[in-house]
Amino acid sequence: MLASTASRWLHTARLGIGEHYRIIQSNPLSRIGFRLIVVFLVIAAFAPWIAPHDPWEMVYDKDGQFASLRPPSWEFPLGTTHLGYDLFSQLVLAARTTLVIGAVSGIISILIGANIGLIAGYYGGKVDEVLMRLTDILYGMPFLPFIIVLIALFGRKLEFVILAIVLIIWRTSARVIRAQTISIKQRQFILAAKARGASDLRIIYRHILPNVLPLLLLYAAFNIAWSIITEASASFLGFGDGETISWGGMLYELWLSGKTRVAWWWFAAPSICIVLLVTSLVFVSRAYEEVANPRLRKR
Amino acid sequence: MTKVTTADEFVLQVRGLGVRYQTSQGTVHAVSDVSFEVRKNEVFGIAGESGCGKSTLIRALLRLLPDNADSAAELALYRDQDLYGLSDADFRQNILWQEISLVPQSAMNSLNPVYRVGDQVVEAIRTHRRVSKAEARGRVAELFDVVGLQADLMQSFPHEFSGGMRQRAMIAMSLALDPGLIIMDEPTTGLDVLVQERILRRIREIRSEISSSIILITHDIAVIAEMSDRIAIMYGGQFMEQANAIDLFENPYHPYTLGLKNAFPSIRELGSELISIPGSPPTLVGPVTNCPFQPRCPFHLDRCASENPLPINFGEDHQVRCFRSEDANQLRHLAAEKSTWRSLN
Repeated sequence: MLASTASRWLHTARLGIGEHYRIIQSNPLSRIGFRLIVVFLVIAAFAPWIAPHDPWEMVYDKDGQFASLRPPSWEFPLGTTHLGYDLFSQLVLAARTTLVIGAVSGIISILIGANIGLIAGYYGGKVDEVLMRLTDILYGMPFLPFIIVLIALFGRKLEFVILAIVLIIWRTSARVIRAQTISIKQRQFILAAKARGASDLRIIYRHILPNVLPLLLLYAAFNIAWSIITEASASFLGFGDGETISWGGMLYELWLSGKTRVAWWWFAAPSICIVLLVTSLVFVSRAYEEVANPRLRKR
Repeated sequence: MTKVTTADEFVLQVRGLGVRYQTSQGTVHAVSDVSFEVRKNEVFGIAGESGCGKSTLIRALLRLLPDNADSAAELALYRDQDLYGLSDADFRQNILWQEISLVPQSAMNSLNPVYRVGDQVVEAIRTHRRVSKAEARGRVAELFDVVGLQADLMQSFPHEFSGGMRQRAMIAMSLALDPGLIIMDEPTTGLDVLVQERILRRIREIRSEISSSIILITHDIAVIAEMSDRIAIMYGGQFMEQANAIDLFENPYHPYTLGLKNAFPSIRELGSELISIPGSPPTLVGPVTNCPFQPRCPFHLDRCASENPLPINFGEDHQVRCFRSEDANQLRHLAAEKSTWRSLN
């Protein structure tokens, strides 16, 4: 039973890839976004081979001079920090952390949000009441105090940063998916499926889920973008993982160095990357938004 | 019609079935005290106007009622299984579709838009039978052939089908597991007359090929007269009259049946004016203390407003809920006059 469900899922997923590609290509903005994401993914995947230096290696220029606070040049394309770290290498290696955090917390949060939304929306009544009040409580939870407490309790670890992000962002997707589930479960074909003897789980995951999928993918893209921004803010405030380098972490080090007014290049590179990646994700999500809400389509 | 019926000739036996909805306006008695049986190989028609409880009745039998409804019956047997005695899981696995299948109301919207039509039938089969996908697909091809759809249409999505094709796909699906009983809820509503006729012809052809009994629900007297062996006329959540089809139309007893007969055009009396029944169906809030048809009945007595008549048997196979059923001959004459019905306004 489980195996057959799994194989069906794979089957659906395999059929889906071409369709997803078509959706993304259908919109010029999302086409640009998609290409940028691919570029970032390639950079992240080959980061150790692309980066000329170790992120925390003090570099010297070809004259043997210690390269501290150098503006961008042929030798150091994005300049260096006051401690002589090569910013290009840092940026490339940080792309990996940022993408991993974005993808992992984005996906985990959409999985939690979608399941809670589907279950609350489908069963309704007490189940709905309990799950939605839980969501409301999370809505009342401010992010920064939450992550400060979490980091204070468990230490500055990547896992806890992800955990904090996930716990905060699943709430919106849960609410939206729940609303859509409530609308779809009223449709005639759900009653027809029940009459065929389909179990609750089959109805939720076989019959309702595919119908909320465009909305779910839209929120998955939002969640990934939001996770990246959140991780950057958390790192910038010093709540990131101290041992891995991320774009937010680079900005934090700039802040600590006190060179913000001098080293514009140090500020520029990670900020532009954050903005580009998040914008790309939002562009891609636009294409899914058009699927979920056809009125946005250009006529 | 002197055939002796024994218990094992019944596919479905229902006694005293009632359904109540709890609403903000109070308790709605959507179905009360309904008793009937469906015999092997017969088409049992249930006719009545919108809101009379037809769909609620079959939803109760299939356990598809919404949460604010509850149903109970003195007896509800499918063959020899007590429908109310089974656990939900047992009912879902062994009765639903396997034994009793449904062609839902507005079957046109009953296919999931994101799956291929054939896959949906395959799913219905594989929910209940341990067969391979290929075997199930073979069965779907057979079924499509039975309802007159080409086998390669299995690969289509529901939006690529016309209304009539979707309807036929739903009928194919209902036949998938050779159920003992197929419930068709308004199978032709929303289709144009030609497609309607084609679907009905198809159902008739299928009947001769399969051994399932059919419960046919419709508000269309013409359809029910054409298709059914026995007919129940439903009003205000009750069966007002039930009889075999010929008897019901030749010797109707109940004023509501008489009124319904008037409201449909007759081929033999071209040009005759249709007479409608004035008023609208009752709301069914609160306990049933009167005959539900009393406010619209031109023949009502004083006691009709304070007492609900119990079913009375006329002959072997004819039941009527009316205090004036003894006066049927007189009522039949009066009911044919337009003035009888107008006097109520």
